[in-house]
Amino acid sequence: MIEALFFYLFAGVMLASGFMVVVSRNPVYSVLFLILAFFNAAGMFVLIGAEFLAMLLVVVYVGAVAVLFLFVVMMLDINFAEMRAGFQKYLPLGLIVGGILVFELVAAMYGDAFSKASLPVASEIANTTQLGGVLYTKYAFLFQIAGLILLVAMIGAISLTMRKRVGVRRQSIAAQNSRRREDVMEIVKMPSGKAKAKDDAAAGSVDDK
Amino acid sequence: MMEFLTQGWILELGWIVAKIMVVIGPLLIAVAYLTLAERRVIGFMQLRKGPNVVGPFGLFQPFADALKLMAKETIMPAGANKVVFMIAPMLTFILSLVAWAVIPFGEDLVIADINVGILYLFAISSLGVYGVIMAGWASNSKYAFLGALRSAAQMVSYEVSMGLVIINVLLCAGSLNLSDIVEAQRGMWFALPLLPMFVVFFISTLAETNRAPFDLPEGESELVAGYFVEYSSMSFALFFLGEYANMILMSSMTVVLFLGGWLPPFDIWPLNIIPGPLWFIIKIMLVLFVFLWVRATTPRYRYDQLMRLGWKIFLPFSLIYVVLTAGFLLVTDRLPAVTLS
Repeated sequence: MIEALFFYLFAGVMLASGFMVVVSRNPVYSVLFLILAFFNAAGMFVLIGAEFLAMLLVVVYVGAVAVLFLFVVMMLDINFAEMRAGFQKYLPLGLIVGGILVFELVAAMYGDAFSKASLPVASEIANTTQLGGVLYTKYAFLFQIAGLILLVAMIGAISLTMRKRVGVRRQSIAAQNSRRREDVMEIVKMPSGKAKAKDDAAAGSVDDK
Repeated sequence: MMEFLTQGWILELGWIVAKIMVVIGPLLIAVAYLTLAERRVIGFMQLRKGPNVVGPFGLFQPFADALKLMAKETIMPAGANKVVFMIAPMLTFILSLVAWAVIPFGEDLVIADINVGILYLFAISSLGVYGVIMAGWASNSKYAFLGALRSAAQMVSYEVSMGLVIINVLLCAGSLNLSDIVEAQRGMWFALPLLPMFVVFFISTLAETNRAPFDLPEGESELVAGYFVEYSSMSFALFFLGEYANMILMSSMTVVLFLGGWLPPFDIWPLNIIPGPLWFIIKIMLVLFVFLWVRATTPRYRYDQLMRLGWKIFLPFSLIYVVLTAGFLLVTDRLPAVTLS
């Protein structure tokens, strides 16, 4: 009974915050509500016994992806009036995308994809162990391919944004550490004119003191 | 029937609340005394005395500080976003407390013994950045915002290498459950075979908790006080408490992962009569002392040096160490046994 209660709590908050993501005027609020939605989705994963997925959702999406979202959104200089202006223009497109999603969900619900996939796993073995068992054996190649795709995306992003600017002073720590005292320092005895004369005079009068 | 059910439910809830109180109460007192310990320890390291006036040896100083903070006025900056401004310190404080749910203080002495305990800890600690970033944004102040941006970049960077270090430990322990990880260290603490990772993890926790030498988000010489510059009174106190509770949390995470949790160093007579929780607390205190020691002795890192350390040194190093550990365990056939289906 408590589980049902929590299910409706998580689902309700998730739907409400999902709605708020769309209608919030301030994009920062949108991202914050998105984070709340992620959280409640994680809670629902816990309810169906998929604790590994729940934690992964929080670590990856809330802990990393949403931080970057928030980062970008906060840095943007947003004109709110301009943002609202496009609303009517994009409304039909949004409705079409939403309609397709609803159709697909309903189709999946009446097909048998859902009834098989969403049943909670009644097993003594923790689902982390189970996932690890198939991920690195049965699906090892797919796992590697996913890794490669991410690597390519990462290298692509870096090569797109990296630019070598001329005239920028950079610190090369390896070069600094490999400098030796003999190469960069020279101790010079420098007799200075006036001070030297004084020294000489002082040396002459040492005995007096 | 219904009455019986509800009563059982209430009892269960009461029991859980009681367990939470048993952890949170001493934790808050520990936080209060950690602030005092910090000032005293750093004082002695710098040949000063530190606060020693309020009560014997200055022991009542934390309470004097708390009263002072409570008596102060809460100031809301003019252009601030009020809701987010008030949520941010609460979030920081709450996050620093909820993570304690999975910390094992001894054998079976844990509030929630969940299967993915270490992932839960990792997830909660990665959320800490939100309190900072929300505070910086809602304050509507340049200094606070710059501090928040620095902190966000710093925490996200060091999390990556922390995750890889945790993978090393998991390879040796063969479980994500914190009690199992501690039990796996019965023969030898992981700090010995994984010594380089222990060092990397400790330095990453310093960066993760925004402590010296990585306290750039609050670098007072350039940013006044960083992300909480606009906060006063209790909202400031919540940030302060959250930071210190996070320090204790990260120390306990270090102890669980590397220093054998509640286990004595050797299972011999005078050492193993000391109860487990006491060992746990002693080890946490040792790690905390190093936190303070580092603060008293190291100068602050420059921002590009901090990023270089995280991305160019710790990340490749811990990644290579994962491969080394896995290879070593595989070759010597010491991989922990896992039963599949």
